[in-house]
Amino acid sequence: MSSTAFVGQRVKRLEDPDLLTGKGRFLDDLKLPGLLEAAFVRSPFAHATFTRIDAEEARALPGVHAVLTAKDLPSEMQGRRILLQVPHPQITYAVTQEPLATSEVCFVGEAVAVVIADGRHIAEDAAERVVVDWEPLPAAAHCEAALKPGAPATHADRADNIAGRLALGFGDVDAVFRNAAHVVEERYEPHRGTGHPMECRGVVAVHDMAGDAFRIWTSTQTPHNTQRAVIDMFGLAEDRVRVITPDVGGGFGPKNQVYPEELVIPAAARLLGRPVKWAEDRREHFLTTTQERDQIWDVAAAIDADGRLLGVKGTLIHDAGAYLPWGIIMPYISATTLPGPYKLPAYRMAVTVAFTNLVPTTPLRGAGRPQAVFAMERLMDAISKATGLDPAEVRRRNFIQASEMPYDMGLTYRDGAPVMYDTGDYPEAQAQALAKAGYDDFPARQKAALAEGRHIGIGIGNYVEGTGLGPFEGATVRILTNGRVAIYTGAAAAGQAHRTTLAQICADELKVDISDIDVVGGDTGLMPRGAGTYASRITVNAGSSVRTASAELRGKALALAAAKFDVKPEDLELSHRAVRIKGEQGDSITFAELARMTSGMPGYALPKGVKPDLEASGYFTPPQATYSNGSHVAEVEVDPETGRVTILKYTVVHDCGTVINPMLVDGQVQGGVAHGIGNALLERMVFDADANPLTTTFADYLMPTAEIVPACDIVHMESPTPLNPLGAKGAGEGGTIPAPAAIVAAVENALSPFGLRITDCPVTPQRIVELIRAAEEMSEEDTP
Amino acid sequence: MPDAPPKRKITLTVNGREYTAEAEDRYSLADFLRHALGLTGTHLGCEHGVCGACTVLVDGEAVRGCLMLAVQAEGCQVTTVEGLANADGSLSPLQQAFMDHHGLQCGFCTPGILTTLTAYLRDRPNADEAELREALSGNICRCTGYDTIVRAALAAAGAMREGGQP
Repeated sequence: MSSTAFVGQRVKRLEDPDLLTGKGRFLDDLKLPGLLEAAFVRSPFAHATFTRIDAEEARALPGVHAVLTAKDLPSEMQGRRILLQVPHPQITYAVTQEPLATSEVCFVGEAVAVVIADGRHIAEDAAERVVVDWEPLPAAAHCEAALKPGAPATHADRADNIAGRLALGFGDVDAVFRNAAHVVEERYEPHRGTGHPMECRGVVAVHDMAGDAFRIWTSTQTPHNTQRAVIDMFGLAEDRVRVITPDVGGGFGPKNQVYPEELVIPAAARLLGRPVKWAEDRREHFLTTTQERDQIWDVAAAIDADGRLLGVKGTLIHDAGAYLPWGIIMPYISATTLPGPYKLPAYRMAVTVAFTNLVPTTPLRGAGRPQAVFAMERLMDAISKATGLDPAEVRRRNFIQASEMPYDMGLTYRDGAPVMYDTGDYPEAQAQALAKAGYDDFPARQKAALAEGRHIGIGIGNYVEGTGLGPFEGATVRILTNGRVAIYTGAAAAGQAHRTTLAQICADELKVDISDIDVVGGDTGLMPRGAGTYASRITVNAGSSVRTASAELRGKALALAAAKFDVKPEDLELSHRAVRIKGEQGDSITFAELARMTSGMPGYALPKGVKPDLEASGYFTPPQATYSNGSHVAEVEVDPETGRVTILKYTVVHDCGTVINPMLVDGQVQGGVAHGIGNALLERMVFDADANPLTTTFADYLMPTAEIVPACDIVHMESPTPLNPLGAKGAGEGGTIPAPAAIVAAVENALSPFGLRITDCPVTPQRIVELIRAAEEMSEEDTP
Repeated sequence: MPDAPPKRKITLTVNGREYTAEAEDRYSLADFLRHALGLTGTHLGCEHGVCGACTVLVDGEAVRGCLMLAVQAEGCQVTTVEGLANADGSLSPLQQAFMDHHGLQCGFCTPGILTTLTAYLRDRPNADEAELREALSGNICRCTGYDTIVRAALAAAGAMREGGQP
């Protein structure tokens, strides 16, 4: 067996057999004796106050065990809000949700009461019978309007809607704009969508009166954040709150938050002395699960006569929604992502974070980066138009070169470390993408197509993405007395195949097959500290911990066997779940025997310096983020009559450092692009002037389907990072990040005969037809 | 006070086994399978008939378990994801193709996709890629971007043509 029998290989997934045969265990599959079910009473108004909740009729319904309003919650919860996850000094008003609203609701769907009943049907029957004396208030429905003087306040006791302000940049911006050969100015408006994992959220809680201890199962990306929030709310010792993630049916960011239901359901379980479950339905998911992407960028680029960037300046309005569960870090990520792979001598961005009476926004696959990349790449296309240079050439002239790595952008990243690109070859990534996409031949193809009356176009999207964020993620690797290997990690999976990836890394160290390894993730009872599965950070953090812990465990097994056989560790090797003396037959000791000896076998004394148990633990703490990068090229055909866009070809060059499992990274990229296609062409949460959501089913909010998403042509470049022992970078979000920029550029290019510009997304069929009509009307006005 | 919701006993065959259980008239077939029979492999993704996660076979036809009432399944033959594997418990050619081609990530939509394709490939074993993409257009998958699902379906179709079952 070579030293990397598994790492780098297209290893099939350990997760699959159960999931393919109906043996997965998702939240709503959990069965507990005496389990009750919950339904929430939610606000029908985007902004309202109330003084009285009449639940008398609901409580009288047979099968109803309780209807709880805010004042019925335990004393520890009175006057409390959910723990703010990411504090920041620039937050103006650090407001998170109450577990149940006490007197004011600030978005449609905010919960004011919960019904606990024998089953969900009865609970919903009862919830319909709860009467609330709503007093509707004016609502802030849009982030730009919300900042205007006299706009309705999202929170009635506030004078304005400013949630925070950020200013960042470097260089002498005013000077470069004074000396520029060209200045291009644009406004970009990426719109709000959401994550829509196919499994909605859900919580099951059990309370044990003996010791006041909770066991909570939740469909989350971050069991440790849930645990911290529950501990904070109830004032308990952490050993009293065990949070477990079952199989999780997708996350994409919104499941990285702590939600009111994760506090209310445990409270109900404690009050009633029975296990309680709440399983979110899709309508609730549309109304209450966090969303993202509404931003308004007013940006200007200064360029010299050769098309080289001199500076970028502008303002960014970021829609926070009604609360700040994740602080204001997302627009911070946006502003620090904007420069991307380009050399930028001067930069100034003023960010205003606005409250609105909409469901809160938190990171969603890409986390503020798709919008920043949309702004920067669309700006590059605008520069191309202003200078007459080809879009690829404009980018080529501005790339940071591989020889300049590590490259200090001049900004501070969200982790407090400088934005210091570690490795990568951006010009080569674009060159490979253009070659694969047939970019040089495209003008001829486009001309030929137009001659047939077909409108085809091509667009480029380049990006650099901070991944592998700290502070840490841990792992314990243990050889069990049954001879198998167990990996425990705080990291919870939601489809990323952590079991397979982490087993691959461990198997190479311990010379076992991945089928000899069981990986258990996302259980606070097995790993006391953890951060969560977000920021494309698990392979870097948990993977590095597994590598380090496995290597330590290997050394421990060798030391134990060396003592037993009275040989040097160098004379031993690991093979087939045993330690054996090299080159001889017979003398070997199995992992199972070693594990039994070290797990407290009476009469066996551990060799000097060897700690009990055949295990090793570690928390990898990266010194800074590691930066993945890539280039996407989209080729599309647009039907100007119907506005329908067909993606003809989609090319991805992707660099996430050392690839642990190319099959899985391909899957992440292809799936990420699909999400980006949704952001580019389909997915938009629409709200009316009173902030009521209008798109609350999959018939109104369109998700990408098999007929729309093409097979991506994916090329992996590998620029290993020196920042972790694996050389790996994050891979989970890069598929999504540049896709809206590339696709919208391609649509605009396809419609170049109409002379229109596209500065927002998604660009739906309706929007395309509107833009074409507007352009035609404009040209008719121009023609006397 | 309203009357208790009406309920009745239902007898049906699921994955070759006969079950009799009580259900309120308003229960969807998916809720009945999951909660009354404990067959939790069938998942609910939207409960309004768009996402396809709850697809099961009723008398051989792919049906949305959230749009059919349990009482309508009286006397029917139902197949769920739990009933797709070979008799010896090994993965069916379609299930195996999903594993081989990385046709699933979180696995939540997978049961509905497997049942949809099982019926489709049984009827159209020569389906080409465009036809398969159309057949899959009623199933939403947020993780995979579909391509690996299409590859898996094409591979399973090939295996079927060589004499296997989907």
